[in-house]
Amino acid sequence: MIGHAERAARFAADEDRAHWHDQALWFVRLKRDRQAASVPEWEALRVTAAAVKMHTLSRLADYLEQFERNARSNGIQVHWARDGDEHNAIVHGILADRGITRLVKSKSMLTEECHLNPYLEARGIEVVDTDLGERIVQLAGEPPSHIVLPAIHKKKEEIGELFHQKIGTEKGASDPKYLTEAARGHLRQKFMVAQAGLTGVNFAIAETGGVVVCTNEGNADMGTSLPPVHIACMGVEKIVPRAKDLGVFLRLLARSATGQPVTTYTTHFHGPMRGGELHVVIVDNGRSAILAQETFRRSLTCIRCGACMNTCPVFRRSGGYSYGYTVPGPIGSLLAPLRDPRRYGSLPFASSLCGSCSDICPVNIDLHQELYAFRQVLARAKVVPWRKRFAMALLGLVLSRPWAYRLAGKLARWIVPRLPRALAYGPWNPWGRQRELPPTPKESFRDLVRKEPP
Amino acid sequence: MTSRDAILAALRRAAPPVSALPEAPAAVVFADPEKQFAEALAGVGGRFARAADLPAMNAELQKLEPYAQARKIASLVPGAGRPNVDLAALKDPHELEGIDVAVIPGEFGVAENGAVWVAGSALGPHRAIFVVTQHLFLVVPAGQLVHNMHQAYERIRMERPGYGLFISGPSKTADIEQALVIGAHGARSATIFLVG
Repeated sequence: MIGHAERAARFAADEDRAHWHDQALWFVRLKRDRQAASVPEWEALRVTAAAVKMHTLSRLADYLEQFERNARSNGIQVHWARDGDEHNAIVHGILADRGITRLVKSKSMLTEECHLNPYLEARGIEVVDTDLGERIVQLAGEPPSHIVLPAIHKKKEEIGELFHQKIGTEKGASDPKYLTEAARGHLRQKFMVAQAGLTGVNFAIAETGGVVVCTNEGNADMGTSLPPVHIACMGVEKIVPRAKDLGVFLRLLARSATGQPVTTYTTHFHGPMRGGELHVVIVDNGRSAILAQETFRRSLTCIRCGACMNTCPVFRRSGGYSYGYTVPGPIGSLLAPLRDPRRYGSLPFASSLCGSCSDICPVNIDLHQELYAFRQVLARAKVVPWRKRFAMALLGLVLSRPWAYRLAGKLARWIVPRLPRALAYGPWNPWGRQRELPPTPKESFRDLVRKEPP
Repeated sequence: MTSRDAILAALRRAAPPVSALPEAPAAVVFADPEKQFAEALAGVGGRFARAADLPAMNAELQKLEPYAQARKIASLVPGAGRPNVDLAALKDPHELEGIDVAVIPGEFGVAENGAVWVAGSALGPHRAIFVVTQHLFLVVPAGQLVHNMHQAYERIRMERPGYGLFISGPSKTADIEQALVIGAHGARSATIFLVG
């Protein structure tokens, strides 16, 4: 089966593009650094955010019940879905019951996870993604390659050509301002005829029974204030206990995501619009199973800022598609195999374990530690390829026996310098594909120490 | 068993031991919150303006290009601007399309990020006004500034049922090659007047 390494190799084969992608994300990372440094209590905020989330997970069912009670008293209709199919059926039911065939969507990774768009399209509903990046990839027939910057893998010339074909912009035009203006006009028409708007949920407040949606473009606000029906879809883990907890999370989210002090629009929905309806669909889809795993449950505290992707040396050089999952990067490399270890077993290895993701995570998820732990789970479950398991077993044998280690060292020091290049850099040495082996020392460190006078 | 009960039961079975719910840490305060607000607002692409009272603000408005050139103006602040759109007469929010300028009351500003809290009840009959308008003017009473988001949430009285939002600058996107473009879907410009 094709894994991350194979897909990453394909991306990296175009060196210029890989370099450009790396730089584009590093630029976002630097913007984040400037914002983080401007908040003196940044580290205390991260610790608090993590603790609020862990507390919430410890009483998640209680808070969901409280949320539901308060949301209902605000006139919000609450639905529950065990999995993606049930979620899709609920959303479709709401639309079909009202004869709705035109839906505008703002960004929701949950609906990507549930594959809602194709489900609705197959049932005759026009679904228009309205976040500019998402509209770009939707027109291109692709999934997002990054959760915050869905079209970060595309160059402006490619977007210009795409818009020329799909929405009639001038041939050869690639100015971002011009293209954005064209998309604004194109999408405003869609907003004006939409019969319902669907959004994700950044936070749901148990205490007040409301949901909060953060955007920069204003697409969520447009889509939920023009048509009378608003459907908001959330994973069970989006709950925070109190409105004031948002003070902590909102100070972290946009700074970490795009290096802004806060998103342009941070909208609090505590009821439907005048004469309209607000539906909230609460989805499990494997989250309760992750919660049951002590080592990995912290991955549920993620607030989807994408900072771990922007900082990850592997993500930056391999692109979002190399992960083959809705949420890529370090956090996706946990969430995906937690869902399906066989299908996504290569992802925990898509990390140098450098720890930059853990350092940058606004809710202090110990990402690289969890990725490391997951490798062991995969090895025990024999999901890791046999060659790797064999090599690891051999290494274990050698490293646990000092005599074997000394002998192996001696042999290597003798053999490696004598190997013909074709042999030393054969297909069994992927490490050597882009690197030169260091010169072999004549003596081991142990020999050197022994020679030194005490 | 309903899906609701199945999910709640699964979450209860899986729950870790209960841990404490912490309070927010002590947060940054600014020597001059108004100056900080103006800087933060500039950083997010907004325009900061100061006026002693509404007549002074109206005089200032005339000098600002988006206002001076506007044909259709709506105002939800009594005495602010020269509105020529009767929002109450619009039967449907789609009729907001074509409004060039909306003048809207903001409850308070947040110094750390240039955001303004706007209560749903202040948005008039059609809440979409703030995002459909081409240019947005928010009027905030001077002195109504908090330092940070923690103070902001201490202040907000959530309208239930209701609606409310923070607006920080004009609508923007950087989805094409990380190039910042102002005016994605919502307002192409946002001017915040501190009045008083």
